[in-house]
Formats: sequence, C-alpha cells, structure tokens
Amino acid sequence: MEGHLNLTLKIWRQKNANVAGKFETYQVSGISTDMSFLEMIDVLNNRLIEVGDDPVAFDHDCREGICGMCSMYINGRPHGPNRGVTTCQLHMRSFQDGETITVEPWRASAFPVIKDLVVNRSAFDRIIAAGGFVSVNTGNAQDANNLPIPKDDADEAFAAAACIGCGACVAACKNASAMLFTSAKISQLALLPQGKVEAAKRAEAMVAQMDEEGFGACSNTGACEAECPKGISLENIARMNREYFSATFSSK
Amino acid sequence: MTKLDAKIPEGSLAEKWTKYQSSVPLVNPANKRSLEIVIVGSGLAGASAAASLAELGYKVKVFCFQDSPRRAHSIAAQGGINAAKNYQNDGDSVYRLFYDTIKGGDYRAREANVHRLAEVSGNIIDQCVAQGVPFAREYGGLLSNRSFGGTQVQRTFYAAGQTGQQLLLGAYSALQRQVGMGNVKMYTRHEMLDVVTIDGKARGIIARDSVTGALERHFGHAVLLCTGGYGNVFYLSTNAMGSNVTAAWKANKKGAFFANPCYTQIHPTCIPVSGDHQSKLTLMSESLRNDGRIWVPKKENDNRKANEIPEDERDYYLERRYPAFGNLVPRDIASRAAKERCDAGYGVGASKMAVYLDYAAAIIRYGKGEANKHNMHNPSDEEIQAMGKAVVKEKYGNLFDMYKQITGEDPYEVPMRIYPAVHYTMGGLWVDYNLMTTIPGLYALGEANFSDHGANRLGASALMQGLADGYFVIPYTIGNYLASEIRTPAMSTDSEPFVTAEKEVRDRLETLMNIKGSKPVDYFHKRLGKIMWDECGMARSAEGLKASIKEIQALQKEFWSDVKIPGEIDNLNPELEKAGRVADFLELGELMCIDALDRNESCGGHFRTEYQTEDGEALRDDENYAYVAAWENKGNGKFELHKEELKYENIKIAQRSYK
Repeated sequence: MEGHLNLTLKIWRQKNANVAGKFETYQVSGISTDMSFLEMIDVLNNRLIEVGDDPVAFDHDCREGICGMCSMYINGRPHGPNRGVTTCQLHMRSFQDGETITVEPWRASAFPVIKDLVVNRSAFDRIIAAGGFVSVNTGNAQDANNLPIPKDDADEAFAAAACIGCGACVAACKNASAMLFTSAKISQLALLPQGKVEAAKRAEAMVAQMDEEGFGACSNTGACEAECPKGISLENIARMNREYFSATFSSK
Repeated sequence: MTKLDAKIPEGSLAEKWTKYQSSVPLVNPANKRSLEIVIVGSGLAGASAAASLAELGYKVKVFCFQDSPRRAHSIAAQGGINAAKNYQNDGDSVYRLFYDTIKGGDYRAREANVHRLAEVSGNIIDQCVAQGVPFAREYGGLLSNRSFGGTQVQRTFYAAGQTGQQLLLGAYSALQRQVGMGNVKMYTRHEMLDVVTIDGKARGIIARDSVTGALERHFGHAVLLCTGGYGNVFYLSTNAMGSNVTAAWKANKKGAFFANPCYTQIHPTCIPVSGDHQSKLTLMSESLRNDGRIWVPKKENDNRKANEIPEDERDYYLERRYPAFGNLVPRDIASRAAKERCDAGYGVGASKMAVYLDYAAAIIRYGKGEANKHNMHNPSDEEIQAMGKAVVKEKYGNLFDMYKQITGEDPYEVPMRIYPAVHYTMGGLWVDYNLMTTIPGLYALGEANFSDHGANRLGASALMQGLADGYFVIPYTIGNYLASEIRTPAMSTDSEPFVTAEKEVRDRLETLMNIKGSKPVDYFHKRLGKIMWDECGMARSAEGLKASIKEIQALQKEFWSDVKIPGEIDNLNPELEKAGRVADFLELGELMCIDALDRNESCGGHFRTEYQTEDGEALRDDENYAYVAAWENKGNGKFELHKEELKYENIKIAQRSYK
C-alpha cells in the first residue's frame, strides 16, 4: 500500500566540469512510496524551480531499466540498495521514513562530471568503436539460417549482450575498471561464429582503448558483478583475459 | 494536391522495387566522398542508415540528444521483429506480410511502400545475424519464431523480451565501426533545433550542444530525420522521457508536410498510473492476454479487494462483448473497452482507472494440466497452485517480476491492474516512395515518417520498418537525389540562410529564458497531456475536439507568458531543452485535434464516437476518407490540408470484425 515519506537528501552539486562540487542538503516531504527514485528527484526539482533554485541535473531517459542512461550512486552503491535494478526501477518503498539518502555521480576519472549527477561516459563508445563489432557491411549477409549456432552458445552470447552500458561496474569498482563492460562485448562476439574471425584483433584493440581511456585494472573483487543491474557475469572477464592473452601471444 | 506526388514506380506491385533498384541513378565512389549527409537521431533507423551510408563512402554526421547513440528509445522495444522468411513452413510469404500489414493498418497505408517493406524484411534478419545479434534459437541451432497479434503465421524473430535492445546494439556497433574508421562524425548531447533550407532544398541543421549551450551550424547535401514518434504529446506514454517531435516539427514549419498526425496507437496492457507524480508508463507485453482474463466488478464503484469479489459478481467484459476473440481482440478494441468500463464507474484500484488482468484461472488450468502429465489423480489445491504458478513463471516470469517491482504487488497472488497507454504514433512526416519529405533533400525514416502502418501498427512491425528504411531503402533512394548533387560543393555555413536560422533559434531560446513566469515546464506538459488524452485519445468527438483546439490555443498563450525556466542558456539546462520540446508539442497537439476533426470516420487508432456501428465498433468511410491527410504549416497556427488518395490495386478493402 502507498505510504508517504519525509526524507533528507544529500546531493552532489557541481556547476560544471571546471569548478569544485559539494554536497547540498535538501528536505523532501510527502514522498509516495509508489514513486520511482527518479520521480522523487522530479518532485525535488519542481520544488527547487518554484523557489528559484537550479534543479539537480541527472541523466535519465527510458525509465524502464533498459537505456542505461540513469546513473546515480545512492548511499554508496550504484543504482541504490536493490540488486538487479537501475535507478529508474528503484522505488521509494525501498526506503524508510526519516532516512537520509546520499546521492553522488559515478566516480571515475574516465567518467568526468559534466554537471551535478551527470557524467561523460563517451569512453564506452570509443571502446566499442575500437573493435566491438563484426566487420560486415550492409548487404553482405548470407541467409540467417545458413549459420546454425548451438542454443547454449547463443544464450550465453545473449546474456553478455544484455549489458546496458550504464557504467555501474566502473562506479562500483575501487579501481574504476571497465573490465566487465569491455569483456561483455568481447565475450558476446567471441562466443559466436560471426565474431570469431576477428576475435584476436578485437580483444587487443578494445583492451588497448580501455587502458587509454584511463580505466583501472581488475583485482577480481567482483563488486562489478554484484552491482550490475543486468547480472553480467564475472566469467566474461575471465573469457576476455583468455582472448586477450591468446591474442597477444600470437600477435605479430 | 498537385504537390503530393508519391513517386511510386511503374510496374506490377511485386516488381516495382526490383526495377527501381536496377534503374536508380548511381553516384560513383569518388563523388560519394565529397557528398555530406546529416542524420538526426541514432535509433534503429538513424544508426542503420548512418552505418550503411558511411560504408558506401558518403561523409556522415550523426546527432543525438542522449549521451550515447546506444540510448535511443528503439532500445526499449520488447516483443520482436517480423520477417517473411517462412522458416516455419507455415505458409508465410512476402505477399502475406504485405497483406497483414495493410489490413492491420485498417486500409490506410500505401501499397507500394508496404510491399517493399515486406520484400526487404528477410534481409534484415540476415544482416542482424551477420552482425552478431543473438536472436533466440532452437536446439538445432536455427532461429526461433513466435506469433504475434493480427497474423496467422509465426514470423516474429526475437531475443527474449529485449529484441529492440539487441537490434539497436547491432546497428550501434555498425555505426561505431564507422565512427572508429573516421567515416562518421558523432555528435552526442546535441539537439537539432532547425532545418536550414537554401533555394528550397534542405542543406543542413542548427544544433545546440546541450553541455555548453553553444549553437552550431552543420551543412549537409541531404538531411535525414530519424527522430522517432511523438507519443509524449500526451505527457504520459511508454516513450522515453526525452522522446520528442521537435525535429519533425521544425521541418513541418520549414515546409515538410505532416501526415495523419491523429493516428496514435494506445496499447491496452500497461501498468496504470499510480499518482500525480507519475512520469512515464510501462508496457506489459501483449502476450499476457494469451492466458490472462480481463475483468471488472459488476457492481459500480466496488471497493472490495479483487479476491473478495465472488466469481458471479465479476464482469469479463471482453469475453461478454466479443465471444469469438474474447481477451484476444486487437489492441485498439481492447483499449477502448477498458476505457468504456472505467468511464462508466467500474474501474478498480485506488485511481479507479484500471481493470484486472487475472491469472488465477490460468494457474489452475496449468496446474491441473501438470497433474495430468505427472499422473497425479487427486492433487490438492496447494499442489495445483504450486504447479500452475511454476508454468506461469516459466512463460511470463520476467513480466511478473517487472510488475511486482513497479507496483509492489505480487501478480501470482492478486490480479494485475492494467490500463491502456500511448505507445506508438503511426503519423509523421509525409514522405514519398524515396522517403523524401516535401522539402527536397530532407528525408524521414522510421517512426518519424508516416508511411507503412496506416491507421494502426501491428506488433513487431516497428523494428522491421526502422531497419528496412535505414539498411535497405535509403542507401538506394538517396542516390536518386544525390546523383544530381555531385556538382554542388560543400557550402559554407557562413551564408545568410545559416546565419538567419541560427539567429532565429537563439532568439527563441532567449525568449523562453526571459519569460521568467511562475510555472515549471511540466505543469504545462501535464495539462496538454490531459487535454489530449481526454479528447484526442482513445475516443474523439467533433464537439470535444473543437473545444480542445480552443483550450490548447489558450494553453499556448499561457505557456509563452508564464513558463519558468531556471538555470542558464549556456550550460547544461534540461529544463530549457524540455521547454522547447513542450512548446512544439503544444502546436502539434493542436494539429492532431484538427486532423482528428477532419477525419469524419473511425479507423484503426482513430475512433470518432459519431462514427460507430450500433454495437460500438469502428465505422470506416472508404468512399470519402481513403486518403493520407498531409498538413502544410502556414504559420501562426494555420494549416492547409493536402490529400494523397490511396489506391488499392492488389488488395480488396474489407471491414474488420472480431465478434
């Protein structure tokens, strides 16, 4: 049943990339437990607008857990306290009346803050551009069923491909590593015959780009897997490492 | 009307596209390198077009308002993508897909375009598989299919409930490959705010960098708008928060006709609104209607809990009204019937604007079936429940989980509450067979155009159309135009038309910022949404539409005098972006009502209460309304109607019946 909450919010405010930010404290009252976390921020923002303050900037779009745009670090966890959901799928019934909630942007030097809770994740696009594809031009394809793929392989590739590119793995990692993200794409394509042809080149290029972007190394803590809203498995990192080492071993 | 030449190639329906492809003028590779194309939007249509055109050698610039092209709302499509592959040997063919699409569209789509769509549908699946899209497969390793509404064959390809995501990531990877090779320049967090025309041709755009607020001028020999639909005119819809009509609307103001704006699809099974704070609506897949039974209490304003209402006090209104199709009537009919019950005071839940979708009977039916399978002769009720729930979980588990997450209620124990919500817009920019709008050099692809779905879109056809337009249509049809542009050098953006367009955009932004009124943007958007939903939603009447037009005009005035936009013009300012979009929605909403008022018939998603049969079904008027309504924007809220007559030479028009 719907209830109502009074909350204290400590939110990271930063005007732009060039100035220092700080936490501001806000009180919100009468928050319906049926609201999503983002709708609660909408309420706060409309109140800020009414009193002439600048509303909190945050990324969001689909609000159904698939676009990967929302990115809040809530009470020390990416996408908040619940497992397997994005911030837009987090509802206020997960919080208690009177609670203080701390909201920060993703924290990683490869994801610089643009404003408030908005960060720049274009490093992910550049990692994909480095090799996260099959080199096939439009019109070059054979009939789809000429290439049978074992169901288990297809299912495993799908599980890796379910990554939404939100960056929670990076935010959760003490090293700000992008290994889970990068390995999910490398795995998806390495598991499929279409991707095998250029698997070695792909692994090398994507890992090189990942390093160049300033993401940290992996120390096998597993926080990324635990915080991933789509349950992307740590096994992908192991597969990426195999792909990468075999690629560099045979590299000319 | 002379202005509307659809440029449909000569010849028999099945040969038009083949002949067109082999006779369309070509642009040689050297010339392609000096031809520039601007693409706005990075969803299925935009990303696939950008990748394909860049592969051909054109210089491409792509713009999206999100932080990455991978966020476009195509990503949220759940069900699947149709293709006439006939892998199931169940009698599918290009003609059947063509026929189903025309019929599903209630005979308001253009034959030649739809046939081409059906022809290239198979290539889309081939292309996606080659890219590594992990479609669902059978144990033999071949692709799996399922069936969808409005068809009698299994032609829908899917990737769990995330087909849109996987197809978009496929197109995105092809796009990023071209970005990496330097053939595409990507502009993220950029919003297009005007089309620039020079001597009547589209020659570029004005875009705003959302981070810095800087206005930029970009030249293109051609401009492609792949900017999606306008469902957010209703404020609440299943669209993403940022989905908007601005690009298409600016094009309309510059001379591109807007076709059939009143054709909107309202999906019957969405999670209902929970309160004023609601910011968007979530779709529950249509597949749930296969096993669920829809009902409301027989007693008006019944406040008992669902489980306390005995069987004989429940009204299974779809089964009552449509005994032949029952809970499986098409989307438009199911939606209207739910609205009728709720308006009459039989709705359920706190808001009373919902109906029940009940799985109790299905759980028992499946439970008994399992007991039979396992030779249990006297299963207890608990055993039947447990086995039945297990079967339902296997089939619909992810949807039930999603419902529970959003509502906090367990649908295995209590019936789900559902209500219709705006989902897709069939209308859009008018385009000819080449996908070109009425502005030479300006194209519209995907949901942004009006071309293929008539008055109602079938499930799993939106993804097909977006990718058909981008991968397989525009790479050919754009040559038809650019072949005559090879002597046009890239133009300087310092020319007068660019400077003027930029100034107009800047003036408008400054005007918005300087209103300094008292109400936030959402206040106006919600009010517009309510007018549209009440009077231009599931049921429309001349009287209501006329009143709405006046109300919207008054709301436009109020918006431009009382909106309050905080922040700065030269910084990231989501409220300013929203204000511009809502200002455009306010104008589009008026046009939608004008269009709905003009169309004195009921067809597909457009239901006029004056035009129905005695038993409340839609009544089409083929004699007088078998046309595309294309609206020219004459400025100051004036629109002129142009008609494209629809000719059916290969299909016999018939009335739909589901009784």
